[in-house]
Amino acid sequence: MTNPSEAGDLRLSHVTKRFGPFTAVDDLSLTVPQGSFFALLGASGCGKTTTLRMVAGLEEPTTGEVRLGDRDITRLRPYQRPVNTVFQSYALFPHLDVFENVAFGLRRRKIREVRSQVERMLALVQLDGFTKRRPAELSGGQQQRVALARALINHPQVLLLDEPLGALDLKLRRQMQIELKRIQTEVGITFVHVTHDQEEAMTMADTVAVMSAGKIEQLGRPAEIYEYPATAFVANFLGQSNLLAGEAAGQSGGDVLVSAYDQRFAVPAPRARADRGEVFLGVRPEKLGLVAGEADVPAGHQSVRGVITDSSYVGVSTQYLVRTGWGTELAVFAPNSGAAAPLAVGSEVTAHWSPEHAFVLHREPGEGDRTTPVLDTPDAVGVVS
Amino acid sequence: MHRIRRWVADHWVLAIGLMVLLYLFLPIAVVAGLSFNRPSSRLSYDFNEFTTENWTNLCGPADLCAAVGRSAWIGLLATVAATMLGTLMAFALARHRFRGRAATNLLIFLPMATPELVMGTSLLALFTSAGLQLGFVTILIAHIMFCVSFVVVTVKARLAGMDARLEEAAMDLYATPAQTFRRVTLPLVLPGIVAAALLAFSLSFDDFIITNFNSGNTVTFPMYVWGANQRGIPPQVNVVGTAMFAVALLLVLATNVRGRRRGARVA
Ligand SMILES: Nc1ncnc2c1ncn2[C@@H]1O[C@H](COP(=O)(O)OP(=O)(O)OP(=O)(O)O)[C@@H](O)[C@H]1O
Ligand SMILES: [Mg+2]
Repeated sequence: MTNPSEAGDLRLSHVTKRFGPFTAVDDLSLTVPQGSFFALLGASGCGKTTTLRMVAGLEEPTTGEVRLGDRDITRLRPYQRPVNTVFQSYALFPHLDVFENVAFGLRRRKIREVRSQVERMLALVQLDGFTKRRPAELSGGQQQRVALARALINHPQVLLLDEPLGALDLKLRRQMQIELKRIQTEVGITFVHVTHDQEEAMTMADTVAVMSAGKIEQLGRPAEIYEYPATAFVANFLGQSNLLAGEAAGQSGGDVLVSAYDQRFAVPAPRARADRGEVFLGVRPEKLGLVAGEADVPAGHQSVRGVITDSSYVGVSTQYLVRTGWGTELAVFAPNSGAAAPLAVGSEVTAHWSPEHAFVLHREPGEGDRTTPVLDTPDAVGVVS
Repeated sequence: MHRIRRWVADHWVLAIGLMVLLYLFLPIAVVAGLSFNRPSSRLSYDFNEFTTENWTNLCGPADLCAAVGRSAWIGLLATVAATMLGTLMAFALARHRFRGRAATNLLIFLPMATPELVMGTSLLALFTSAGLQLGFVTILIAHIMFCVSFVVVTVKARLAGMDARLEEAAMDLYATPAQTFRRVTLPLVLPGIVAAALLAFSLSFDDFIITNFNSGNTVTFPMYVWGANQRGIPPQVNVVGTAMFAVALLLVLATNVRGRRRGARVA
């Protein structure tokens, strides 16, 4: 989004890929603006790698079209595309040393001054001095950086990264995330980054697309998706949500009226994906506050009553489970800011939230409440500031 | 007594290992020794007197050098042909899906499993019924045939162990299919092909049974030794055996040293 021109946008339109009877990618359309950092997020097997492979030319779409700017590249061979890939498994050439691995693309295109370019690239990924080593003699993180250098040195229009940080430990992973983002900003190449790690996607990308079963569930800026998910899948895949089953009874005065468990809730219409029929009323755990009684609920807030059944201290916050009258356990993340004393398991509480923080999603008939169990990783929440 | 038992307990694995090595290398040592021996009579194998004459006068016995040369030629030609055919076949079997692939995979083992006697006689029947004159050409055809299977199996194992994504990575990095083969596939499969070629050569060079059926009047080295056995084997045969062993040893050492040097360069 740094570049308003559409000249180099990557565009997939109605792309479908079938393996025999199995549809891996299903009528997928998306546009990645030139120079942007685009993250593709989704559960294992949802078709992320297949999508990348079609962009790289390693797989041909069954139907649909892949365009780069105004060029149709759908049927071009991989070596004819200005696209490079950092593979899920690195796929470094074991018989070549680091230098020759990085130089491979330049040599194939008969480009001169290989040495200076390779050296500059290795300096960029902080691997100068490793030129004579073979891939087998490098650590996982170093191999990953060689794979990155090997792709980047070609200055492709689009760089595809297939879970390049998957094999790294947490610390190195964070370090490489910062590094990747820095390099992307520096070279201004379009990055399409596939990851399992939602935090990684949200911290690095300009645009995030959440995929499920070969389709895109939602696409947008990280904060947009997190604050106002489009589907129940997204609400619980990206972070965690308390989703209560209810019925919507249309709009009134700019609000959608939802009734659930004999209570009525009004949610601002711009935060409702449906205003009639079966819906979920959703609130993120960190948006819930806990008070002792209904009298303490701030004015204008909505609330439900319950009993604390579990509390786990995770440092930056305390994560509670609150069992409601009808048996659903809501997740509540209370910041450990020192403002409130910790609450004991068994105490009666009222959970409250501001209507602006709630959202209304479409629900399949018959589906019950959905809350995911409290995660014990503090990283899982609070990534969007 | 106790200490001896203790010593045996501590060292029996080593002792057995040394005995196995001795068992393996004693015959070779004998051959090497005999190559420097002047036998007291034609039919005796006793160590009589040290001499280098067998080495200097290698072609002394009639037909010996011709037979060795013939075997080397056949081995070389059979190796080249079998390695090329077998490598192509291994690529087809490992990389492409086609009808009859599973059956081919199975059938390729058949020549290795067939007793050589059976193969020799059936080839003989084939050649005579086809009206081919037995000799150099029929030997060559037979050798190529039984070497191909070994090449296919060896190269295919190497290919199966190679990550297909490496070829995709090469293509992604602007290598055309031909460049991908030349720069990535071939270098990675080459050790397998070299191993297959060495195997093919040694199989061809010392084959006796199949050759014996299909040679007509042509005499290869194994057949020469067999024939000489009736009259007493000339000591020069031991020279050939020792030289073959030395070449094999050098090859093994060379590959070892190369691997070692690669490791050392990094440190
Ligand atoms: N060559 C193939 N033949 C048949 N099925 C395939 C093939 N490649 C992928 N699939 C199937 O397509 C689906 C999507 O695969 P893909 O590799 O794109 O998943 P992914 O989203 O990258 O998963 P992961 O996060 O585990 O890497 C999977 O169910 C997979 O089994
Ligand atoms: Mg994948």
